[in-house]
Amino acid sequence: MPGPMQEPQSKAALCVRNLRKAYKDVVAVNGVDLEVLSGECFGLLGPNGAGKTTTIEICEGLTEADSGEVEVLGLRWSSDAPALRQKLGIQLQDTQLAEKLTVLETLRLFRSFFHQGPGAEEAIRMVQLDEKRDARVGALSGGQKQRLALACALVGDPDLLFLDEPTTGLDPQARRQLWYLIEEFKAAGRTILLTTHYMDEAERLCGRVAIMDHGKIIAQGTPRELIASIGVEHVVEFSAGSSSLDLAGIGGMAGVRDVRGENGNVLLQVTELHRAVPALLNELGRQGVPLTELRTHSATLEDVFVHLTGRHLRDE
Amino acid sequence: MSEASKSRRSFTDHALVQLTLMRMREFIREPEALFWSMIFPLALAAGLGIAFRNRPPEVLKIAAVTPRLAEALRQEKLLDVMQLPPQLAEQFVRTGKVALAAEPAADGSPNGSIVYRYDDTNPEGRQAKMLADQAIQRASGRQDPVTGSDQIMREPGSRYIDFLIPGLIGMGIMGNSMWGPGFAIVDARRKKLLKRIVATPMPKHYYLLSFLLWRMILLPVDVGVPLVFGAWVFGVPLRGSLMTLAGVSLLATLAFTAGGVLLASRVRTIEAGSGLMNLTMVPMWILSGVFFSSQRFPDLVQPVIKALPLTAAIDALRANMLQGAGLAQMAPQAGVLGVWLVVCFGLALRLFRWR
Repeated sequence: MPGPMQEPQSKAALCVRNLRKAYKDVVAVNGVDLEVLSGECFGLLGPNGAGKTTTIEICEGLTEADSGEVEVLGLRWSSDAPALRQKLGIQLQDTQLAEKLTVLETLRLFRSFFHQGPGAEEAIRMVQLDEKRDARVGALSGGQKQRLALACALVGDPDLLFLDEPTTGLDPQARRQLWYLIEEFKAAGRTILLTTHYMDEAERLCGRVAIMDHGKIIAQGTPRELIASIGVEHVVEFSAGSSSLDLAGIGGMAGVRDVRGENGNVLLQVTELHRAVPALLNELGRQGVPLTELRTHSATLEDVFVHLTGRHLRDE
Repeated sequence: MSEASKSRRSFTDHALVQLTLMRMREFIREPEALFWSMIFPLALAAGLGIAFRNRPPEVLKIAAVTPRLAEALRQEKLLDVMQLPPQLAEQFVRTGKVALAAEPAADGSPNGSIVYRYDDTNPEGRQAKMLADQAIQRASGRQDPVTGSDQIMREPGSRYIDFLIPGLIGMGIMGNSMWGPGFAIVDARRKKLLKRIVATPMPKHYYLLSFLLWRMILLPVDVGVPLVFGAWVFGVPLRGSLMTLAGVSLLATLAFTAGGVLLASRVRTIEAGSGLMNLTMVPMWILSGVFFSSQRFPDLVQPVIKALPLTAAIDALRANMLQGAGLAQMAPQAGVLGVWLVVCFGLALRLFRWR
């Protein structure tokens, strides 16, 4: 296109204001505000059905919002769709690519839709599928298919990468391999918006995270900020078998913020581990309750979600 | 900026070429598709051609009760005469082993009256009676007042196989053009590949255009294979120009491809797609004169039949191949196909859902 390109006004790669979308009776997205800055990896974390996919697909221009504003790379879907499509890399949740095509053929096809970007061969190198270059898509493993989908999102050399549940359904090794690739893109300065219902994934990959539940964003910030915000540094989890337990006594101990009984397990949110654990052992000894299991971990985004909603991320 | 970006792009890097290549790869890597669209129509043509081949005039089996009658009847070359006792002869007629039994009248009248036993609702029976009576009258000394001579016409172009091959070509164009794109679209929608593709900057009409392009590339095979097979094995004629045939076939292919895209424009499952395809195509197989002339249907429905795209395609193909009709004579059929093309493609563009 001739003429100088206009620089985007804001530094935000993606700006979403008061987004709403309802399907029949279900309100999928209920007033969402988001800002993804250039060069950051932003995570949309939440359980299945929280409205993550609807939100990201509205940002991708695939679904129309009922109301609200979306500005992507300083452009709008209503007026700049063709230009926007050239600048975005998109990976959708569970797309099955054509099984009869090879990896190379698939990438040449997707590359042909874009004005510029790396060649198909280079994209294959970027996702480390060199050995599978001439294999049919149908013969790839789940992780390889997902990496191919990632390569399809990269062939346009995108300014903004949308990844919707990139590791869902993969085995741990394939997940780590994909994380490694996404970390490389981050290091290369790409802007990424990803959705996930794995808190460890969001914690590891994302500079900032928005936690979403029932169509709303219930918390937003860096993983460290979010974890700090619940005022809890550690979680102690123990099991006392079938013995009856006086939870009130445990809740009254120093440094314990919250006690929750959960199918035989007890979860304590504590601020000072070195005080809480000896106190807990004393208290259990006093009550004459045998300890069958004891675990402690530093607070995670999962604990933030539990703290905010009373539910686990994986709960359906 | 990466090394390959902004480098000069070759012809095969064009999106439309890549999409059409995808169509081709998916087709040739699916052995079943190859079988159903290529081998099956040929097997059908061969089978029907053999079943309905023109045989030498049939010889009718009949029975005669006396040697004298048998002798007289054997003068007729089209009759195969067995001499049988009366009871057996009657039983053979009843069970259809012979078309007729001839015996002297029971009253034994002096001038040799004959009784013919046969089923008058059976054409073979009636024909045997005429031939037998004629043979006996001649043997008894009848002189025909007028002499007639036969000139036999068994030209290519008027046999059943000549009627059938253009019908099968039309049916093949319809089946391949509708199933191919229809199946591919529904499958891609089901696998969310359509949604993924529309999330790229690909111009949307390229996707639909790639189906038309691929069918055009396959057209010489779609039409050529049954055409060459018919000419080679059965001597089916091609009296019109090949260009006209190509033009009619192309128009039919485009119309049916547009129809296939329209039918698949919203369907989400293969089952629903198959149902819709069959619902559309089976009535046309019957009504549009693939296997027998559509003239056999009542006059009342003839305008409807003439407006069907398969009728138009087959009528035009027959006119071209069998009567050597030019494009001008096929204007009505071309018009029908053109209207179907425009309407189906226009509706498909409007109704098409990418997810």
